[in-house]
Amino acid sequence: MDFRLGVSSEARRAEVRAFLDEHMSLDLEEHVYRTGVSHDEAFTKALVEGGWIAPSWPVEFGGQGLDPEEMVAVAEELRLADAPMYGIGTTLMVAAVILAAGTEEQKAEIVPKALAGEIVIVLGFSEPEAGSDVAAATTRAERDGDEWVVNGQKMFTTNAQIGDYVFLLTRTNTEVAKHKGLTMFLVPLDQPGVEIQAVFTLSGERTNIVFYNDVRVADEWRIGEVDGGWQTMTVALTNEHAAGFAAAIDRLLRAAESWAREATDDDGVPRIEDPEVREALGRTVIDLEVSRLLQRRVAWMAQTGQAVVAEGPMSKLFSSEALKARAQDMVEVVGPDALRSYFEPTAPSHGVIEHMLRFSLGTTIYAGTSEIHRNMIAQRGLGLPRTR
Amino acid sequence: MDLRLSDEQGQLVDAFAGLFGKESTAERVRAAEPLGFDERLWAQLLEMGALSMAVDEEHGGWGATVLDLALVAEEHGRALGSAPLLEAQVACRLLARSGGGGAADLLDAALAGDRLVALSPRPARSGVAHLVPAGAVATDVLVRHGDRLVAVPTGSDRVVPENVGSLPLADVPVPEDVVAAAPVVVDAGAGVAVDAALDDWLVLTAAALAGMAERAVEIGVAYAGEREAFGQKIGGFQAVGHRLADIATASAGATLLAREAAWAVAEDPGRSAQLAAMAFAFAAETARNATDVALHVHGGYGFMLEYDIQLYYRRSRAWANVLMSPSAAARRVADRRYGTGEVS
Repeated sequence: MDFRLGVSSEARRAEVRAFLDEHMSLDLEEHVYRTGVSHDEAFTKALVEGGWIAPSWPVEFGGQGLDPEEMVAVAEELRLADAPMYGIGTTLMVAAVILAAGTEEQKAEIVPKALAGEIVIVLGFSEPEAGSDVAAATTRAERDGDEWVVNGQKMFTTNAQIGDYVFLLTRTNTEVAKHKGLTMFLVPLDQPGVEIQAVFTLSGERTNIVFYNDVRVADEWRIGEVDGGWQTMTVALTNEHAAGFAAAIDRLLRAAESWAREATDDDGVPRIEDPEVREALGRTVIDLEVSRLLQRRVAWMAQTGQAVVAEGPMSKLFSSEALKARAQDMVEVVGPDALRSYFEPTAPSHGVIEHMLRFSLGTTIYAGTSEIHRNMIAQRGLGLPRTR
Repeated sequence: MDLRLSDEQGQLVDAFAGLFGKESTAERVRAAEPLGFDERLWAQLLEMGALSMAVDEEHGGWGATVLDLALVAEEHGRALGSAPLLEAQVACRLLARSGGGGAADLLDAALAGDRLVALSPRPARSGVAHLVPAGAVATDVLVRHGDRLVAVPTGSDRVVPENVGSLPLADVPVPEDVVAAAPVVVDAGAGVAVDAALDDWLVLTAAALAGMAERAVEIGVAYAGEREAFGQKIGGFQAVGHRLADIATASAGATLLAREAAWAVAEDPGRSAQLAAMAFAFAAETARNATDVALHVHGGYGFMLEYDIQLYYRRSRAWANVLMSPSAAARRVADRRYGTGEVS
């Protein structure tokens, strides 16, 4: 056994860290937070120039062909720095689906632009009445000659306000079982009938409700088969290999350690000497390590060609729930000063602990709630009957 | 990164799983209660080299890695082995490291199976070493006395308290005259020696508790997949399936962390003491929760002595609690990470 990442992973880590030292600043971090937009044009341009926009993609597409183990190190650094990568993440996720399931024309039009950082693609899956049960989507697409006419409403379409296309889950057949009547489209957002309404969230991230009113989309922008949308979605979701929040726990830990060393109690004793503080720090160190191990195990399995079954959901479930619990602990241990907001000048560790409390709440909800992941672990990992 | 066991490690695990499968069945675990010592299992373990593997070649053992020991400990935990395996391994490793006058003879006798040496993790209080793990079956107990560590021969004056885990614990009297005459294992720096032994103990116990948690999950899942209520298998209820998913996730994490901590002893020594405390804290909580959930899904049957899950519930608590609480282990993580110098 060997629990170290490979030499090449550590080399990639050093490279991406050097890149981040140059291009990621506290000002940019604050700008991302204040705007709620995890996408930045200048930063994206730098990523493209540095070869970091899609490092796992093959070289012929402009990537670096990094393997899953190398990507562990790269992703850890990008997330630790809170680099504005969300728009790039959704764009590349859809580009990968198009590469797998799209037409030659779609590939030629979308993939090069996605990898050049020239377009942003956003996700239109959830609806007011279809969140975890995403296959219950009711947004209609009806055929009209060579076009489709879309009507409906999507929730949580993050980055829609800066997006070029939305990867849209629609209902094209109401006569069949819910999973069998879905179709995916890539819909240009800059057109009549698309109305974007901002939604602000507890963590500061801006997302959107998007209304579709007789929006027309040509059939050549259909991704995958008519009524085969669920298969196309499955490609998208299984591409999300190493989901986990170890790096967020690392951010919390570093902020807490720096606070504990600097802050003192009423008698002038550094807080790091308080047993209660030491226990909270120790527990955070432990949960960080377990989160890392569960996440790295998924990458190692992908690296060695093993089928990932319940291991991905375990990584996401454990790390998000641990982040939430440890952030709550830490706020209580820090005391009243933990209430000072993120980027508030008087806040300890520029308020990262306070931000993590709010940020953590979304992590157990988006990309599959903890309950959805527990279902997957129970069924696929433990072989229990389908749960309801 | 490579999370696969080597061929040799695979064979080691198979061999010990086979031994425990034969010699540590639930019937045998029950038969060994309340003392928690199965003489035949212990003899078989010794014959298989389970003790000598823990000691380096220079001191008469065959020098397995701590990772190898942890893999054996996982099987020990899965089978709830009624034998002082980890206790004796930890004591013998301490003897091998110490080089004190009395250590060499005692180590030879222990490896030959003539004596059974245990270590008291705590100094004696009012002339008694309390709740010494394996103290009820040991011939000698290593006890800290000031800055020295001495080997106190056990006698009929030890008290063997019945306990929740059915472990061979003992309150061992260590009167001044006995201590004065006892062989000295460590002449100066006993605290450091015991602390290093405690690191071994924590990492191996973490592995045993992780193995125990994994087995408890299997038992709980098997029951939930068989038992029907309200017209369906109870594992199909989210109220049941989700709790099992949580303990399965934690158990996977506990096993990975225990193996990493054991691996680090040879491969990442700068972090290994910190990892040992981390692995113990996490495995102790995981085994505690996993055995609780697995017992609970049995409903009333889980509360019956006849069902095996209660054995796991009791022993998981005893193996962990005899050393330290998860909270104390979390503070030990901080001590190892930040140092204790700044603590007044």
